[in-house]
Amino acid sequence: MSMIFGVPLAVLFGQLLIGIINGAFYALLSLGLAVIFGLLKIINFAHGAMYMLGAMVTVLMFDALGVNYWVALFLAPLLVGTFGVLIEYFLLRRIAGQDHIYSLLLTFGVALIIQGVLINWFGVSGLRYTMPDMFKGGVNLGFMFMPYYRAWVIVAALLVCFGTWFVIEKTKLGSYLRAGTEDSELMQGFGINVPLLISLTYGFGVALAAFAGVLAAPIYSVTPVMGSSTLIVVFAVVVIGGMGSIGGAIITGILMGVIEGLTKTFYPPASSAVIFLVMVLVLMFRPSGLFGKEA
Amino acid sequence: MNQPQNTADIHKVIVEQQAAQDRKKLILNGVLLLFLLAAPFVFYPVFLMKILCFALFAVAFNLLFGFTGLLSFGHAAFLASGGYTTGYLLSNFSGLPTELGILAGTLAATILGLGFALLSIRRQGIYFAMVTLALAQLVFFFFVQSEFTGGEDGMHGIPRGQLFGLINLEDNMNMYYFVLAVFIACYVLVQRIVSSPYGQVLKAIKQNEPRAVSLGYNVDRYKVLAFVISAALAGVAGSMKSVVFQLASLNDAHWHMSGEVILMTLVGGMGTLLGPVVGATFVVNIEYHLSQGPLRDWVDPILGGVFVITVLAFRSGIVGEIQKFVRKNMG
Repeated sequence: MSMIFGVPLAVLFGQLLIGIINGAFYALLSLGLAVIFGLLKIINFAHGAMYMLGAMVTVLMFDALGVNYWVALFLAPLLVGTFGVLIEYFLLRRIAGQDHIYSLLLTFGVALIIQGVLINWFGVSGLRYTMPDMFKGGVNLGFMFMPYYRAWVIVAALLVCFGTWFVIEKTKLGSYLRAGTEDSELMQGFGINVPLLISLTYGFGVALAAFAGVLAAPIYSVTPVMGSSTLIVVFAVVVIGGMGSIGGAIITGILMGVIEGLTKTFYPPASSAVIFLVMVLVLMFRPSGLFGKEA
Repeated sequence: MNQPQNTADIHKVIVEQQAAQDRKKLILNGVLLLFLLAAPFVFYPVFLMKILCFALFAVAFNLLFGFTGLLSFGHAAFLASGGYTTGYLLSNFSGLPTELGILAGTLAATILGLGFALLSIRRQGIYFAMVTLALAQLVFFFFVQSEFTGGEDGMHGIPRGQLFGLINLEDNMNMYYFVLAVFIACYVLVQRIVSSPYGQVLKAIKQNEPRAVSLGYNVDRYKVLAFVISAALAGVAGSMKSVVFQLASLNDAHWHMSGEVILMTLVGGMGTLLGPVVGATFVVNIEYHLSQGPLRDWVDPILGGVFVITVLAFRSGIVGEIQKFVRKNMG
């Protein structure tokens, strides 16, 4: 078998694939953060908890009601998104005029509550979700083995990312969103229901996280703590890419996943730290981020 | 009080009010000091020391968050690096005076703090919070994989040793008064910093950074220095904590700890001197009492709830709300 730097080619491609998939998750999550940040100007510290909720809800709906994967793919983001709208309406809205630091801390508190409650109910060891039958197996691409489900994750994540980009950049609703980012008071003056828009935006961003959670359920272990560690990595990804552009968030996410995968192949001990190290380098040499305009 | 007639009178009134306020503060501080001196005869000294260590941690954090307006989400890194350094040195070099071990831990946290500050200062606002959180996670991974920290197991049986080679710190009472002395020294230091011209600039940066820049202050240098002092004091807290409990573990490096110190500061009252102390006392007590009762598995969600309620209902914290009340009713 052909080798590169002492690593079999198949192993390298396998890790690259895992990297791209992790990157797809980073992209989805940082995209949701960017959407929320655009209008609410806050970083949603509950984003990891929402991702986790998406996965948990998927497993629980299957175990309790036999809800299948495809239904969950729509239902879980809808449920979690609704939950997000409620959080925005009952909690975040009450401190909307205050320093943004408070909303950030509020979402952190919410994350602690969600995670803590679920740990009590389900423990930290994790739940099992059986892969839908149609995704079992895979195809041999000649240079590597491609499991069907992993291919689907990449396709689904890219579709949703592109769809989000399209809605925000090309539709009327998106133009409201972008206008709200610029000057929400003026937009209110034009008769657009800004508070509603803010609620829906938060709900949508959270739903993106839940969608990532559903995608993750069959391949990662579903536990109440799966969100918090992922979220910190996503924060690093956001710092690296900047939240200036949606395309930037997607590209940075996938790029970081690939770098992580490569590190796992060539120097495993550093794989959990490599994204943070990239962040340090970016801060040193390009402090506003790869795609960022803001400070 | 008579209406002042001219500027000289007004000046006199202000000076008198200031003096009266200073007297009140002096009395309050005296009462607190007496309480702290007598406390170990009433309460369990180790528990009191735990409160003092976390209070110092929160005081350190508040210098940055409450007085400079920078939200660091990575202060656990300094607590842990102080604790691990001190623990490692005291465990491996027997006979090393404890104060030198603590000094070394403080130095480690200070250097780490400088690194954090130089990197994170390049981004502002929420990015600052994210950068510090990510850097602290990097430090966490380092501690997980390092040999010297004992990884998941942590460090156990760190000897308390002798202070100045004379005073046996294995004795809880001796240890308590040492911790109290260090705490008071650090607290007074922060008090002096905050009321110094330097502290005034920090407050100015917090209130209106562009204005401070336009007045000619090199804002970044002030911020970096505040960050480094804050990290150093957090290192003192971590070092002392590892000596008191003879234990240093990954818990101290976890993001959860960074969140806890924010909660302590917020609940007690950010931007007040006494607030973090009150907040730390409150949170440590809540955690302790909950862990003893039927709600022991619910500590985290309850702390999250306290977070949410504090942010929604009383952002000034316990001390801040009391100050407001006093000003309104007895002003």
